[in-house]
Amino acid sequence: MTDKTHDAKPSRRQFLAGAAAVGAGAVAGGSASAATPDPLITQVQDWASGLGDGVDATPYGLPIQYESDVVRRNVEWLTADTISSINFTPIHALDGTITPQGCAFERHHSGAIELRKEDYRLMINGLVDTPLVFTYADLERFPRENRVYFCECAANSGMEWAGAQLNGAQFTHGMIHNMEYSGVSLRTLLEEAGVKPEGKWVYVEGADASSNGRSIPLEKAMDDVLVAFKANGEALRKEHGYPVRLVVPGWEGNMWVKWLRRVEVMDQPVESREETSKYTDTLANGVSRKWTWEMDAKSVVTSPSPQAPITHGPGPLVITGLAWSGRGAIAGVDVSLDGGKNWQEARLAAPGTDKALTRFYLDINWDGSEMLLQSRARDTSGYVQPTKAQLREVRGLNSIYHNNAIQTWWVKANGEAENVEVS
Amino acid sequence: MSRFLEVLTIPTESRRNVVAAAVLSMAVASPVAAEKFGLGRPALPEEIAAWDLDVAPDGTGLPAGSGDVFTGEEVFAEKCAVCHGDFAEGVGNWPKLAGGQGTLDHEDPLKTVGSYWPYLSTTWDYVNRSMPFGDAQSLTPDEVYAIVAYILYSNDLVDDDFVLSDATFAEIQLPNADGFILDDRLQAEKHFWTDSPCMENCKDNVEITMRARVLDVTPQEATADEPPAETGDDVLLASAETEAEPEATPEQPEVVALDPELVAKGEKTFKKCKACHQVGEGAKSKTGPVLNGIIGAQAGAAEGFRYSKAMVTAGDAGLVWNEEELAAFLAKPKAYMKGTKMAFAGLKKDADIEAIIAYLQSHSQ
Repeated sequence: MTDKTHDAKPSRRQFLAGAAAVGAGAVAGGSASAATPDPLITQVQDWASGLGDGVDATPYGLPIQYESDVVRRNVEWLTADTISSINFTPIHALDGTITPQGCAFERHHSGAIELRKEDYRLMINGLVDTPLVFTYADLERFPRENRVYFCECAANSGMEWAGAQLNGAQFTHGMIHNMEYSGVSLRTLLEEAGVKPEGKWVYVEGADASSNGRSIPLEKAMDDVLVAFKANGEALRKEHGYPVRLVVPGWEGNMWVKWLRRVEVMDQPVESREETSKYTDTLANGVSRKWTWEMDAKSVVTSPSPQAPITHGPGPLVITGLAWSGRGAIAGVDVSLDGGKNWQEARLAAPGTDKALTRFYLDINWDGSEMLLQSRARDTSGYVQPTKAQLREVRGLNSIYHNNAIQTWWVKANGEAENVEVS
Repeated sequence: MSRFLEVLTIPTESRRNVVAAAVLSMAVASPVAAEKFGLGRPALPEEIAAWDLDVAPDGTGLPAGSGDVFTGEEVFAEKCAVCHGDFAEGVGNWPKLAGGQGTLDHEDPLKTVGSYWPYLSTTWDYVNRSMPFGDAQSLTPDEVYAIVAYILYSNDLVDDDFVLSDATFAEIQLPNADGFILDDRLQAEKHFWTDSPCMENCKDNVEITMRARVLDVTPQEATADEPPAETGDDVLLASAETEAEPEATPEQPEVVALDPELVAKGEKTFKKCKACHQVGEGAKSKTGPVLNGIIGAQAGAAEGFRYSKAMVTAGDAGLVWNEEELAAFLAKPKAYMKGTKMAFAGLKKDADIEAIIAYLQSHSQ
């Protein structure tokens, strides 16, 4: 890769063509000496001589063109239609913990609707002293909170129950994002309406045609649930429920109702379609678990991974990934290079925080031999992320949801990686 | 009520003074409203009635009404069968609503209303609020009762003379009502909570037992619209220009002068159609036929699509989709063409019809 001036970040295609050549000679331990002067240094480049864009060239910016492969992707065969479907966050190409809204996964049941703030209404009704209607402007006048939480679809990794299937962290683990939300605590709004003593549940419902609704125990509703209108500092994106969505920390993404329009205080759960026919986990004996709300501790190595192969040959290698738990904070992450035989503790970029993504790193000196890379999350409740075998032993193969098993990437000598299962 | 609120008020560092004050002052029984923010307004009964439609397992929330299996079959054929099949057996990837009883402990269980759903209320509630796909909340209560009666019949759960109503609702128990347990992970998976996981020599042997590449079901990463990094500067610059001009819409190559605003409006309105129809680059026939080149095309002519008899006959008789014919069809599909498979009820506004036709025209040149 000598005369290509712009590809600081090679595409996968390019990698596949060039990996062998790179691996063969150029790099050894990162201290190769240059045979000829680098024209990028010795010649005056256009960007060092001419002028760049003026301000306002892009009033609201998008990533630079060289990053155009870092986008959400859909797996077409998964669903009948893109309107009621899901796509995946490109976690293999991101770092840090905050997910930019523009590439954070989407899940719609009847499409992403366009609802103006001016047309937005939120109703609190049911077992309350005074049923209330709020406008968007009303919501902005309640005391506000800022919290960072992950949102994971209960079906994340669901295609991997029966075996290794999709070749990329984006597809195996990309139904997740992590944002800083600004909003009002649901408790504040419920107290404004006055919850009657018979109230034991809230039913939360969206304004879109799917009428997606879920029942949440009052205890959770009064604890840490947020009625959010900003994410990562800016308005929610259309696809994430603009102008207002529910944030249900640590619990499955389906409960984070978008375009939130109604909260009904009830004495029983509704048992809606999304909490009976879907989002219930069928065990091997045909009996199904319901109300499996918490997302158990989970982690994945995001790089190297099938979409993010090693391109530099042996020598210093950054192994990195994400860990999270719906039951608390991440206490630690262990990484194995040999398929779970031996483990070493990874370095957390920052101490784990409650129900939010934690970034981990393991900096190694790679000798160029094959690896079976795994990561194992531990959370503050004492839970240790199980292996696929352990999970299947309890749940069988038909659960669809809540697959939080340890992932294995087979990293080959040429740096390519593949999704595999190991004994 | 005040006592209840106090119980619920868990002290955390984020509690605000104003709420703390509220709880304190409640003890001296000042008017409840005074402690609140006083934001929002009382919801009117009509507003609550319009939105509070959910139905609980015991039938709470059901409106009065009824529907029989035969009526249900007709309504289902007209409004549901395009995705769910005439016998609720499902079309393509769309949900199957019938069958599957006894499969829950098999590999790939078939989960339907009959085999899996625990409560009939859920079916009624979902059909009532969320169906048909793309035309939600358009059914009358009697139609919903009839459709649900037919779904029960399709699952062999009622006879063909059954009438479902708010009165007979409680008679129906779905087969899998007892097939659910509450989340038992804390007990059943207790062993996942372990203080000291193994760190060294945790197993004797590690073998690869399965590879994703064997299945090869992963979407391809590189697509045509990505600027390939290995090409020269010219290509990169060209794509840079495209990105810098977000207002440049894809509908540029128009031969006949189409009003771009109308086309854009049509594209938005077309969302109503997208559940079944595709148009544009790479469009394929799905539940409905592909619509590229539809303006000026003979009716029933998209290759490989299984049209209704009515549509094929009309096409053979010379029906061509010009603006007038298409406008009439889109206004009331079933009235225009008796027997069409298109379940869509029709576009009420002439302006929407005009916009959609303009949009389809932009894909017909």
